[in-house]
Amino acid sequence: MTQISGSDRAKARDEAENKNHLLPSLRQATRLNLFFKLLIAVLYSLFALYPIAWIFSAAISPSNSLVNSRLIPVGATVANFVQLWSDPQHPFLLWMWNSIKVSSVTAVITVFFCALAAYSFSRMRYRGRRFGLLAILLVQLFPNMLAMVALFLLLQQIGQLPGFAFLGLNTLGGLIMIYSGGAMGFNTWLMKGFFDSIPKELDEAALIDGASWMQVFIYIILPLVRPVLAVIGILSFIGTYSDFMIARVMLKSTENYTLAVGMTLFIRGQYSQEWGVFAAAALVGAAPIVLTFLVFQKQLIGGLATGAVKG
Amino acid sequence: MVGLALLDAIALWMVYSLLGNGATAAGIIALVVTGLVNWVFLSDKLYPIRWLTPGLLLMLLLVIYPLVFTVYVAFTNYSDGHLLSKQQVIEQLQRRYFQPPDAISYQMTVYRSPEGNFLLFLQDPLGNTYIGTEEGGIQAYQVTGEPPHAIKAYQRLSSAATFQFLTQLEKLQVNGEGFLVQITGPNKARQVLAKYTYDDDRDVLTNNETGKVYRPVGGSFVDDDGKSLPDSTGFTAVTGLNNFQRIFSDPQIQGPFLRVFLWTVTFAAMSVLLTFSMGLLLALVLNDNRLPLRTMFRSIAIIPYAIPGFISILVWVGLLNPYYGPLSLLIKSLIGVSPDWFSNGMLTKVAILFINMWLGYPYMMIISLGALQSIPQEMYEAAELDGANRFAKFRYLTLPLLLISVGPLLIGTFAFNFNNFTVIDLVNEGGPPIVGAFTPAGQTDILISYTYRLAFAGGRGSDYGLASAISIIIFLIIASLTAFNFRFTRQLEEVM
Repeated sequence: MTQISGSDRAKARDEAENKNHLLPSLRQATRLNLFFKLLIAVLYSLFALYPIAWIFSAAISPSNSLVNSRLIPVGATVANFVQLWSDPQHPFLLWMWNSIKVSSVTAVITVFFCALAAYSFSRMRYRGRRFGLLAILLVQLFPNMLAMVALFLLLQQIGQLPGFAFLGLNTLGGLIMIYSGGAMGFNTWLMKGFFDSIPKELDEAALIDGASWMQVFIYIILPLVRPVLAVIGILSFIGTYSDFMIARVMLKSTENYTLAVGMTLFIRGQYSQEWGVFAAAALVGAAPIVLTFLVFQKQLIGGLATGAVKG
Repeated sequence: MVGLALLDAIALWMVYSLLGNGATAAGIIALVVTGLVNWVFLSDKLYPIRWLTPGLLLMLLLVIYPLVFTVYVAFTNYSDGHLLSKQQVIEQLQRRYFQPPDAISYQMTVYRSPEGNFLLFLQDPLGNTYIGTEEGGIQAYQVTGEPPHAIKAYQRLSSAATFQFLTQLEKLQVNGEGFLVQITGPNKARQVLAKYTYDDDRDVLTNNETGKVYRPVGGSFVDDDGKSLPDSTGFTAVTGLNNFQRIFSDPQIQGPFLRVFLWTVTFAAMSVLLTFSMGLLLALVLNDNRLPLRTMFRSIAIIPYAIPGFISILVWVGLLNPYYGPLSLLIKSLIGVSPDWFSNGMLTKVAILFINMWLGYPYMMIISLGALQSIPQEMYEAAELDGANRFAKFRYLTLPLLLISVGPLLIGTFAFNFNNFTVIDLVNEGGPPIVGAFTPAGQTDILISYTYRLAFAGGRGSDYGLASAISIIIFLIIASLTAFNFRFTRQLEEVM
C-alpha cells in the first residue's frame, strides 16, 4: 500500500548516506557520547540474544528439565534432538511438514493468482477497474481472522458436500484455501504497485508489434517482476508459517496440526520436564524462517518496511 | 480453450455429483459460477476480467461471503441450543406423539411381502379389523375368524419371526385418519396422536395434549405466559440488535466486555509506545556512523524479528516460569521474590507487554532507521547555526519529521496489535479468568481472543451470534483507524 514512499525513502536514504561520506558531520561529539551509544547497543544485543542463548544451551544440554537449567550446560548432547524425532506424543516432523506444505502451496497460489490480477489492474483499462481496486481495498479492511466464525461454519459446510471433504474443517486443504483467499486483496495491491513501476512503453511497443496480452505478460512483465514475485512469495510463506489463530480454529486432530498449533502442546504438558526437547523443537522449527530471513534480508526488510507486519 | 473445456467438464461433473447427493443449493451455486466463468472466458469484451477470475473467485468464497455471513450471524441468536433452523425444529416436534386417554389398542398380526414391506393386520376391542401399510394407511378389512395366512402378496409372520423385525417395525409409520398407529410389542399396537401441530398461516404451534399454544419469539417457541417449550431446543432466528444490546446493557456481559475492551486499547497503545520508543532509541544509536561494529549490532537487533512469533513467545513463557524459569529466578535473586507471572492479572499484563516489546522493537528500529536517514542533513546544520542543542534538535526536528513518515506504520502496528491473538493466547490463554464473569473472559483477553473464546473455546458452549457481533465492533474500530490512516497519507489517490 505504501510501496511508493518506501522506494522513495530508500533512495533518499542512499543519498543521505553518500552525503555523510562527502561531508563529515560538523558535530564534534565527545568520546563520552560514543561510549554511551556503544553501551546501549551492547545492552540491546544482550536483550535480543538472551532467550536465544538459553534455547541453544537447553537444546544441547543433557538435562531435559527446566529445573536447575544453566546458561552454560554441563556437557553437550544431541539426545534432545533424537527424542524430538521419535516422540510419539509430539509428532514434530509431521507438524513441520504440514506447516511447510501449507505455507508453500499458499505462497504459490497467492503469487500466481495475484500476478494475474495485478497485471490486469495495472495494464488494462476497462469499466469497473477503479471500482474493483477500491472494492478489494475496502473488503481487505475486514481481516479474515474477524470472520473466524463464518469461516469455521463455511468449512464445516464445504466438508459435508460430497467429494469436498478434503477442503473441510480439520484439513490442510481448507486451511490453504483460507490463507490464499485472505491474502489475495492486499498482495494484489502490493503487486500492482510494482507492476506500475515498469515502464508502460515496453509492453505498448510489444502490443503494437502484434504480441498478445498473454505474450506480453510471459515474455516482458514476468521476467522483470520475478524478484518482486519472489519477495511476495517468501513473505506469504513466512506469514502463513507463523499464523497461529486460523490454524488453531480450523485444525482439530494432532496429526493435522501445523507447527504453530502443535508447539502449544509442549506447554500444555509437563512443560518444565520437557524443556530440552521443546528447545530443540524451537530451534529446528525456527530454522527455515530464520535462514530465509538472513538470505533475503535486504529484499525482505524493504518489503516489510512498506507496511507488512509479520505475526 | 482446451483448458476451459476441461474445466467445464470437471465443473459439470462436480455439479452433477453435488445435485445427485442432495446438496442442491451448493450444486446450483456451482452451476451458476461455472456459467459465469464461461461467459467471462468466451466474451471478448470481458477479456481483462479473465485475468481476475481465479483471484476473484477465491475472494468471493473466502472473504466476501464470510464477511456477509458474519454480519448476518451477528444479528441472529446462532449459538448452542439455537443451531437448528426453525423448519428443522418443527419437523423434530412433529415426530413426537402422545397417547390420548381414550386411545384404542389393537391386537396385531404382522405380514411381510417378498420385497420386505410390512402389512399390519389390526383388530380393535370391538372386533373390527383393519389392515395398514406405510403407503396405504389404515383401511377396513373384513375377515371372519382367525387372521388369514396371506393378504395379497403379504405372508403372515409368526410371533417369533415378528420379534426379529421389531426394530424395523417400530420405525413404521402407519397413518389412520387423524391418528397414527404405533407398534408397542410383537402383537400389540395402539393409536397415538401427533403431540404438536404447526399452523403455517398463523405461525403458531399447538400442543395437542394440553391445548397450549406456542408462538415463535426470539428463537424459541413461547407460550402466553412467556415460558418456552420445555422439551425442545430453540432455533436460529434473526434477533436484530439483540446481541449488541446485550454487549452494551446486559450487566453480566457489559462489565467483562468493557474490561476486555479497555485492556485491548491499552495493550495495543502500550505495545506501539514501548516498541517504538525502544526501536527509535536503538535507531538513533545505530544511525551514528562512527559507532564501531554498527552492522553487527544492527544484524543482532533484527534477530528477534526473524524468529516466528509463536516460537519466541513460547520460549519466553518458559523463561518466565515462576518456579524454574531462569529469568524469574534472576529476578528472585535481585528482589527476593519470584513474580507470579501467570496467576496475577497485572503481572500477566506486564509479561505480555514485555514479550511483545521483544517481538516488536526490531520492526520499529528498521522503519525509524530508514526515516532517520531520509532527514536531510542540511536541516541539522541549519538548526546548529541557530544554536539548537541536542535535545532541541531531537524534539523539534527529528521527532516531528520522523512521525510524519512512520506515523501511518505506527497506526498499522496499533491495528495489528489490536488483533494480536497469538501473543495473548500463547502467553496465558487470556487468563487468569475474570472472577464472576458470565461469559468466558480472561483478565488479559483482548477483543479478538474474547471472540474466539465465545465461539469455540469457552467451555460454556458456543455463542456464534455474540462472537460475530464483537467481530463487527472490532471491524468498525479497525476500519475507522484505517480510514484515518488513509487521510493521513493520502496515498490512495497517488497509487490509483
